[in-house]
Amino acid sequence: MSTTIIRPNSAPAEIIRDASMSKQKDMLARHYDRLSDAPQSGEKVCATFVPGNLNELIMCFDMVNNLPEVNAIQSGLRKQSGPYVLESEKIGHSEDVCTYVKSDIGMMAKGNIGPNGRRMPDPDVLLLSYTGCFTFMKWFELLREQYKCETVMLHTPYLGDGKITPEMIQYMVKQLKQDVIPTLERVSGVKFDIDRLRENLRRSAKAEDDHLWVLQSAKNKPSPIDAYFGGIYYVGPIFGAFRGTDDAIEYYKFLREEVEERIRLGKGPVTPDGDMPREKYRLVVEGPPNYTHFRQFWKMFYDEGAVVVASSYTKVGGTYDYGFRHDADNPLESLAEYCLNVYTNRNLPMRVDMLANYINEYEADGLLINSIKSCNSFSAGQLLMMREVEKRTGKPAAFIETDLVDPRYFSAANVKNRLESYFQMIEQKRSSSAAA
Amino acid sequence: MRTFIGIDLGSTTTKAVLLDENQHVLGRGITNSRSNYATAARVASEEARVDGRFTLFRRALTDLDGGAHRFDEFLAALERGFRLEQFLEQLTDLEVTCIDQLKAERFAKVGDSLREALGEIFLRLRKEAPELYAPGAKRKSDFFRDIAGSRFHVHAEAIAKEAGVGHDMLLNAYDKSIIDVENRPPSGDLDDKFRRAMARVLGDTKALSGDAASLTTAIEGSLGIELAETYLVGTGYGRVTLPFSKEHIRSEILCHGLGAHMMYPKTRTVLDIGGQDTKGIQVDASGIVENFQMNDRCAAGCGRYLGYIADEMNMGLHELGPLAMQSNKPARINSTCTVFAGAELRDRLSLGEKREDILAGLHRAIMLRAMSIISRSGGVTDEFTFTGGVAKNDAAVRELRQLIKENYGDVVININPDSIYTGALGAAEFARRAVDA
Repeated sequence: MSTTIIRPNSAPAEIIRDASMSKQKDMLARHYDRLSDAPQSGEKVCATFVPGNLNELIMCFDMVNNLPEVNAIQSGLRKQSGPYVLESEKIGHSEDVCTYVKSDIGMMAKGNIGPNGRRMPDPDVLLLSYTGCFTFMKWFELLREQYKCETVMLHTPYLGDGKITPEMIQYMVKQLKQDVIPTLERVSGVKFDIDRLRENLRRSAKAEDDHLWVLQSAKNKPSPIDAYFGGIYYVGPIFGAFRGTDDAIEYYKFLREEVEERIRLGKGPVTPDGDMPREKYRLVVEGPPNYTHFRQFWKMFYDEGAVVVASSYTKVGGTYDYGFRHDADNPLESLAEYCLNVYTNRNLPMRVDMLANYINEYEADGLLINSIKSCNSFSAGQLLMMREVEKRTGKPAAFIETDLVDPRYFSAANVKNRLESYFQMIEQKRSSSAAA
Repeated sequence: MRTFIGIDLGSTTTKAVLLDENQHVLGRGITNSRSNYATAARVASEEARVDGRFTLFRRALTDLDGGAHRFDEFLAALERGFRLEQFLEQLTDLEVTCIDQLKAERFAKVGDSLREALGEIFLRLRKEAPELYAPGAKRKSDFFRDIAGSRFHVHAEAIAKEAGVGHDMLLNAYDKSIIDVENRPPSGDLDDKFRRAMARVLGDTKALSGDAASLTTAIEGSLGIELAETYLVGTGYGRVTLPFSKEHIRSEILCHGLGAHMMYPKTRTVLDIGGQDTKGIQVDASGIVENFQMNDRCAAGCGRYLGYIADEMNMGLHELGPLAMQSNKPARINSTCTVFAGAELRDRLSLGEKREDILAGLHRAIMLRAMSIISRSGGVTDEFTFTGGVAKNDAAVRELRQLIKENYGDVVININPDSIYTGALGAAEFARRAVDA
């Protein structure tokens, strides 16, 4: 088996890729080309967001899925988001606005060139299927103004009481039937076929099993994966435009085999500098990463032997570890349930439960919160959550602050200082409890 | 004797603490960080070792007179004598370096007259040096650069006129040399300087002639104790620039937590306001850090802010607190942005607000920000220890006490006169534990 070296920003020739990595790279390249070709090929484009992404449904209408946050992430990784954010501010979007939004708007203003160096297509429809983040709504309002295209909204009720009720499902299924599906039929000119949806969902469930297996492999010691920095690659296909495809099934099959092999060899996670030699700290991380300094940020962890064994961010596009799978027998209900289960749709006690459980189940040393300056959806309540998790688990927690794709809010020296302090704090706690 | 050194490389000053095996502080040293941490670390730890020697002398003399403190004055004189020896040594270094500068081409035509003028300046400096270290003499600073610099300027001006040489050229030679000298800690043998100082004191003080033999034996006995540097731990912002290996480095958060615990074992919450950051730290009963928060993305409201305000008001940093203390009606100021401070200040002054009221308001604003960081770290739990350079500022302390009382009720607030050494103390204890473990 070859060694995977993930390099988000550059790919020097000596890198030997794993099958899963080559597969994902190929999938993404084809997907972006399909998007760029859409004006010529006549394929319709549906813009939608990662949380509540209804890819299985979108595919039923032969539409291509375009995810603006993923484009912003790509811009962040390629060091393009800084100028895009500035461009957006020039247009009039304030400093406090979500930087995904500003990167996206700035990218459009500068010619809408995608990661493949080609122009991204105008969307034919904006499908807002997750409403837990109110910024999504304002974002699509801005895009609707820009593209003058159809917009359809699936309202996802927030799990304020901590549970999904049958009424919530019914309410969402009704919206799907009365509003979402008819709009997509109209825009695409393709008639909805529920059996086609069932097939897509069946494929989704299959990939979801392997995907979850990979994430849960971090329970091993040493963990064969990094479930945050590495995890961001592992969730790519299932959160993006590939859930419900054979490509996704194959990708997760490859990935699972590779991880199985790492476990067999007792290997730790792969990092941009090769295999992580020694696992010293096991962390649970809450909050999205910073994308403008992704490698530098990651290096601060693996240089110190810190591996992330579980993260909430890898659940924003769906939570699978509580048993949910897309269900071909209950197609529309299952789509509703999927949207309801998204991490950011969970109330604070549910998030606290999840993080505390992760610390226990994955035998982590503590919780680290990366608080995002421009994301209220994630940041609100994080300090309270941190205290509660500390109380329940008795494990130390720490708080750092960065941003999604605005490079101005990544202060490397400060972040590093705080991380090192946190790692030493864990060390100190360990030795004091060993002495006691 | 085994000793352990902790060095805290702060953005403004570098501090060192020398600890013995029984966790007793032997010595403390401080120097300006001068953007050269390696030198700062060397100078500060040398200072701590010198201070450590004096602790040993004190111990020996206490044994000698049975704790009667009969030799306190001798010890004080010895220290002044030692500082004088050190000063003279650096002065010689400065003179040699200045003369060396004259080799440069631009001095070619005036080299001889400048050399003579410099010789005269240093002669006068050396002559007046004992006065600088006389009993009761007040020095504005203990740093060589400050003392030598201000006196050099005075003499250079006079001699330039007398000898008809360019004043600016003399200053130029000094400016070019002082950094080198400052970055070169006194190289002479420490013990020799102690001995020279002792001879000077014993020679000057007739009253001690009867004790001379026993004092010499006591001091020589202490000099005979080897201060072995068993382990060193560095902390603070400059730590990464030092050639320390990883096991010799600790985060300043852990060091401040442990240092505060050593000073006040009942400490549970620590607030540290340093030059560029503010830390709220929660520690457990053993001084282990449980949680911490720091200012992020912005250093508003830290020590540097006060420095900037002082510059804007054309005052010394240490004068701000006393002036603010005169206020009965602090201005309401919310912004602690250092960059905006000047504008805020001028605006307030133009509105006719009193300087002391504005300053009191600024001190309160800093503390409001610190309170927010403390609450984020988990609030204030009795006892509360305040450390860092800003803890020396009475006005800041007054505002802090009031805010703590308003928000958390009666809490014991500890402020140690040596609080600036908290981080270095914690580091030294980490060094001791590293060897003990």
